[in-house]
Amino acid sequence: MTKLGTAFQNKKAFIAFITAGDPDLDTTEKLIYEMVSNGVDLIEIGIPFSDPIAEGPVIQEADIRALAGGTTTEKIFDLVERVRPNIDIPLVFMTYCNVVFGYGTEKFMEKSHQIGIDGLIIPDVPYEEKEELQPFAKKYGIELVSLVAPTSHDRIKMIAKEAEGFLYIVSSLGVTGVRSEITTDIGEIVALSKSASPIPCAVGFGISTPEQAAQMAKQADGVIVGSAIVKMVAKYGKDSVKYVGNFVREMSSAVHSVS
Amino acid sequence: MSKGRFGIHGGQYIPETLMNAVSDLEKAYRFYQNDDQFNKELTALFNEYTGRPSLLYYAEKMTKDLGGAKIYLKREDLNHTGSHKINNALGQALLAKKMGKTRLIAETGAGQHGVATATVAALMGMECEIFMGEVDCERQALNVYRMELLGAKVHPVASGTKTLKDAVNETFREWVSRIDDTHYALGSVMGPHPFPTIVRDFQSVISREIKDQILEKEGRLPDAVLACVGGGSNAIGAFYHFIGEENVRLIGCEAAGLGVDNPQNAATMANGRLGIFHGMKSYFCQDEFGQIAPVYSISAGLDYPGIGPEHADLKDTGRAEYVPITDEEAVKAFEYLSRTEGIIPAIESSHAVAYALKLAPTMATNQIMVINISGRGDKDVAAIARYRGVDIHD
Repeated sequence: MTKLGTAFQNKKAFIAFITAGDPDLDTTEKLIYEMVSNGVDLIEIGIPFSDPIAEGPVIQEADIRALAGGTTTEKIFDLVERVRPNIDIPLVFMTYCNVVFGYGTEKFMEKSHQIGIDGLIIPDVPYEEKEELQPFAKKYGIELVSLVAPTSHDRIKMIAKEAEGFLYIVSSLGVTGVRSEITTDIGEIVALSKSASPIPCAVGFGISTPEQAAQMAKQADGVIVGSAIVKMVAKYGKDSVKYVGNFVREMSSAVHSVS
Repeated sequence: MSKGRFGIHGGQYIPETLMNAVSDLEKAYRFYQNDDQFNKELTALFNEYTGRPSLLYYAEKMTKDLGGAKIYLKREDLNHTGSHKINNALGQALLAKKMGKTRLIAETGAGQHGVATATVAALMGMECEIFMGEVDCERQALNVYRMELLGAKVHPVASGTKTLKDAVNETFREWVSRIDDTHYALGSVMGPHPFPTIVRDFQSVISREIKDQILEKEGRLPDAVLACVGGGSNAIGAFYHFIGEENVRLIGCEAAGLGVDNPQNAATMANGRLGIFHGMKSYFCQDEFGQIAPVYSISAGLDYPGIGPEHADLKDTGRAEYVPITDEEAVKAFEYLSRTEGIIPAIESSHAVAYALKLAPTMATNQIMVINISGRGDKDVAAIARYRGVDIHD
């Protein structure tokens, strides 16, 4: 069992994303604890980037707010170091390649390992460029999460075969953000992946309601929600903790109710 | 090492959603680049529609005034639509059409690539949507209207610094949303493989012509070729067929804005460091945590925090030199060429002219310099007037 794999043990996993430092790092810390006590199985901590090309407006704006507030990679490392001893679930960083490369790829992985980060999701490093990160991730025991998309077709098996932690299935074309419906045949992607590897499959992009979450959980091993949470943080700021807590409780119970 | 490398630079650092699209593009390009019919059609468009070959003009007054090297101007400003951007736009649109795409999307900085793309879309009966930073829409308002006139839809981009970098982000986001019928006609020698190679090949017509023309006029190759660099498409086009000619100095002139030591600059080679962004490994202006820096130049077309991967490699190997030129120097060169030769160059190209003003007097009178005048300056007249404090209605 890999570290990220524990999130999928004996249940469907509910995975939440938040942008670190939005509106400030103290609130991020409170949000992490609140989400854990409301049943989240894995948290993706977003390190904000100046130019997040895979994100829709909601997360773009969160990144801008976080950076404008003085959030840096170093300060996020400090935050994770503080919260890690108090929580058991896997934690991953999600960010863009230049944040890792600019910090120094090896130094980034070493530091992530030291503070208790278990995995890394980098949407602008596809299978063909994995070598940029893989050797250092491996050296420090950081699981590198791979993504597949509705356009991946013949690439799914190739990617799944070497994927670590869990396979991130991008539900739809386009950038992150709330969608009213998801038309991709998720079941087909999961089946292709399973034919190549037993790795758990989690679906993200566009999921915002318990109904959607339950529907996705029926077809995959886990559900990822980002923009819907970040939107609440944008709306309520420092007061968002209880709203996010309630939302995570509803979403995780919807996901956990699927067997 | 992955595909599309220039030394350590290049690669394909893009979301998985786009990987099949770039690999389809690469396959199609590999096929059509050697296809006689394709090349015949493209050459016909170059000659009959754009007006190629563009002139190599001997700037006699400038040569005499500076008292050094003999100066030739490669007149890409005389191309249809007013810049070198049409070379690449025609090539990519023809390729996209062969691939069955019906819609072109593109980023633009100064608006020249947007205008070129909108033009070829009109010519080829394709849909066209252009992404342009809000700041650039304002400083190049005339080009926005030109694109609309040509039937394109222009999307002002309000994110980030509201300039070229953000327009590229937004065009990638659009492409991820709609791939099947859409080709991203990237405007410079940047982005993920195969774009830096495709764009360079379509632009390399510039150096192929310079070589033929200078051999005919002078019977020998030039001693130096100068071009401005933002992403670097006109420069790589002007350099390409001289890269193997070791005695030809290749000089890229980048935008130093208010000065390389002032935060308000876009001098990637002077101030950038190795990074991974917009699909490629190359040099980028960035902070210690890898956040891309908000850059500045009076020239919307050079106002970009990175540079194409082949240029980054040409710098590493020392084959090409890169020099910073400030706003003030570029504006002076803009005015100088207008008054001396009666040619109003684009503010982008004026960066190359500015370096020529410094370099030519240090060269011998039997030496030859070619400056690539990548575009014409009509679009910049209002901005230069503003810079000089003249209030005109544009």
